[in-house]
Amino acid sequence: MSLQLSEPLQITIDSLNETFSEKVIEIYQSSGDTFVLVDAESIVEICTHLKEKLDYVYLSDVFGIDRYTSKERFEVVYNLLTLKNPARIFLKVRCEEENPELDSVSSVWPSASWNEREVYDMFGIRFRNHPDLRRIFMPEDFKYYPLRKEFPLLGIPGSIELPSSTPDTE
Amino acid sequence: MGIESALGKGFLTTKMDTLVNWARSNAAWPMPMGLACCAIEMMAFAGPRYDAARFGSEVMRFSPRQADVMIVAGWCSYKMSHAIRRIWDQMPDPKWCIAMGACASTGGMHRCYGVVQGVDNFLPVDAYISGCPPRPDSVLHALMKIQDKIKSEHSIMLDT
Repeated sequence: MSLQLSEPLQITIDSLNETFSEKVIEIYQSSGDTFVLVDAESIVEICTHLKEKLDYVYLSDVFGIDRYTSKERFEVVYNLLTLKNPARIFLKVRCEEENPELDSVSSVWPSASWNEREVYDMFGIRFRNHPDLRRIFMPEDFKYYPLRKEFPLLGIPGSIELPSSTPDTE
Repeated sequence: MGIESALGKGFLTTKMDTLVNWARSNAAWPMPMGLACCAIEMMAFAGPRYDAARFGSEVMRFSPRQADVMIVAGWCSYKMSHAIRRIWDQMPDPKWCIAMGACASTGGMHRCYGVVQGVDNFLPVDAYISGCPPRPDSVLHALMKIQDKIKSEHSIMLDT
């Protein structure tokens, strides 16, 4: 199926195809959005290019997906926005189930820092060169990654401590 | 103007317990533990239309040391539970607790790993309120239940 791209998006896609012809794995559209699957190793390079050459100054969101496949189980999606010639693009990278690790893009957009912490918290994907990779929602001593498919909906009983019902004074 | 005009120079007899409990039950100051949308209904409960002042509970005390009733309004995450318990421990005895709404009572629609399935897992709850969120009337009802509870307690004398 041919892509239906607005003018600013066409420029973006052309520029990506031209500069990173070997790094772009797949480009597709779904529900009116444009997705670009790229090589995980060059994510920082591509993001820098998008920000500096194509004015994608606004990193709207970063989130993880558990695809629950045996190969390339996890996916991280970057939701990017350019404000000069309004366009939105979703950048995707994939990583393996065993020791999932990606490069942090917080050097490109500082706002990625907390989003990546959320992805780390929920999926256990570690980000290299992240300024402060800690859990953001769950308690720091929590041992599991709640948005992974194998994690039970109600959590693991006793894995998070409740406060003591006996006050210190009694 | 009041009871003294009807009594003249007479007097009333009562039990010490009854008198003290009457005073205590009509001055149950709430500690508003507003965690989510239930807190909006809790504000309506304190406001002029529903008027908790009729029951002596209009003074929302944001300091736990001055409060008698903790109203846990909203869903409570595991992380928040430690803060709530700390505040509860700082409230002076005697104290009471209302679990307001489905989330505070049972976890409600937040049936997931991060939310405590009912604040009674770590707090001694006296009154539960159903609803999502409950109407301010139900909060008043729970407050009246607490008042009944206070009135039936032995505060000064022990039954021997």
